Amino acid sequence: MKARFALLLGSLSAALVAFALTSPRVIAADKVDPVADAKAFQNFFFQKFPTVKHDDFVNGPYSMNEDMKRQWQEKEEFPPYEFALDAGKEMFSTPFKNGKTYADCFPNGGIGIRQNYPYFDTGEGKVVTLELALNRCREANGEAPYSYVKDEMASLTAYMAFTSRGKPMDIKIPDDPRALAAFENGKRYFYTRRGQMNFSCASCHVQSPGERIRAEILAPALGILNAMPIYRSEWSGMGTTSRRFVTCNSQTRAVPLEPQADEYRDVEYFLSYVANGLPISGPGARP
Amino acid sequence: MASSIRVRATANGDITEVQALIQHPMDTGLVKDSKGELIPAHYIQVLKFECNGKDVFVANWGTAVSKDPYVKFSFKGAKKGDDLKISWTDNKGGSDTTTAKIA
Amino acid sequence: MTTRTGLHPTRRLILQGAASVALLGLGNLPFGATSALAAANDKYPEEAFKQKSEADAIKALYGKTAEPSDKVKLDAPEIAENGGVVPIAVTTTLDKVTSISFFVAENPNALAASYKIPDGTMPSVANRLKMAKTSNVVAIVEADGKLYSATKEVKVTVGGCGG
Repeated sequence: MKARFALLLGSLSAALVAFALTSPRVIAADKVDPVADAKAFQNFFFQKFPTVKHDDFVNGPYSMNEDMKRQWQEKEEFPPYEFALDAGKEMFSTPFKNGKTYADCFPNGGIGIRQNYPYFDTGEGKVVTLELALNRCREANGEAPYSYVKDEMASLTAYMAFTSRGKPMDIKIPDDPRALAAFENGKRYFYTRRGQMNFSCASCHVQSPGERIRAEILAPALGILNAMPIYRSEWSGMGTTSRRFVTCNSQTRAVPLEPQADEYRDVEYFLSYVANGLPISGPGARP
Repeated sequence: MASSIRVRATANGDITEVQALIQHPMDTGLVKDSKGELIPAHYIQVLKFECNGKDVFVANWGTAVSKDPYVKFSFKGAKKGDDLKISWTDNKGGSDTTTAKIA
Repeated sequence: MTTRTGLHPTRRLILQGAASVALLGLGNLPFGATSALAAANDKYPEEAFKQKSEADAIKALYGKTAEPSDKVKLDAPEIAENGGVVPIAVTTTLDKVTSISFFVAENPNALAASYKIPDGTMPSVANRLKMAKTSNVVAIVEADGKLYSATKEVKVTVGGCGG
């Protein structure tokens, strides 16, 4: 009798522990609800950091540390991404060999639209990011694609981000099971531990924003893509969302995927969607 | 844009504030490239600002000035519409110059 | 070593100590001129930039020593976000400023930058410097022929995620 009771209590506790450990990640077992996810995600950060203005989250580590914020503000007076921005503007308006321009590939001529990327392409059944759209535009017009991680791609996305500065992130998830699946997939990637250090994106950016990993202050996941592309002091240059995903995987000793791999596109979709309403601050400068 | 020099000069009454950002690698000569070879030192040595015929600011720089160097200073005696001439020379004999109007 | 008439013997010694080859082009200095040779001299202070220690660099640049002054305000971060780009600024209420210089004591060569402040220019400079590691940053202001300094320690760490 006692043994059975002990067993029951034991398994009940185990179940409770398992539930407690997993419940933050289990949102709705049956129905994907991005609206609820975004709300929960934002509220988590707003409550964890009640003194940080909502819009300030897009400034990454600078929203978490005053000393760093001052250094950043001084540099923003004449920011290091100026040159990339100017180069991007010029590139954007330079026609392809066939006479067409980037403006022909994008709604509103590509101006002030960055906040709508990534979007779910119902024809293709996949997430399309801004970087991907730019290279597709090039290839459709007989031009060679650019590397996804820096240089021209960073300059072009810097310019496009700049034309959207201040506009709220506005990602749409159509009522399409494939779009919902992409969102879930991105969310799953974000929360899954991987690599030698067994970190998930959430380990640093949800559990420890504002704290240090070795000597760097961690940015909150909320709004973390709003400043892309970024000039990183560490890189002494510009880098795109692709660059950051790849290098972050490497740095946590996980196997990086190819830029614009499906999971990366889905993660970008997820992270951008849950930041809906927060302003585009790109191009940005980071440590 | 051909010039490596970006400048913002704003007059506020008698005082003009100048900020300049210059595109330049400012290599120290101590860093190795991916092949393991030292990248030779390449840095701006002298940066001059002239207005109305005289030097208003002269910078003497070494390799410890950051890449894409920035400087900010203020001076008196100029007004909106005046020309500010900026020029630099580096240790390899490179140079650039530009003129900006004080806003 | 050429000698020039009218130069104070001690000054000549300092010049010799500072490897005066670079200063040969000065021509005739007014006798007893106390304003720093560097300020009167439009030539790039090559020797000063070659010095390793802060003391040697100050000596090479100005030929005298500085006294700390609370009239020199040095603005630098507690912990540099990145040692490659540290925003550092100095401003002062001292009069007749002719030169402002920045030294990073632990850098391979202490002198980072030296600015000439002509008449009519405000005694205040903001710039971005490289710091090899945690170090004292020293700002020197030359005012009315004398040197004044302010010092602040800036911590420089290895980036975390940066590896």
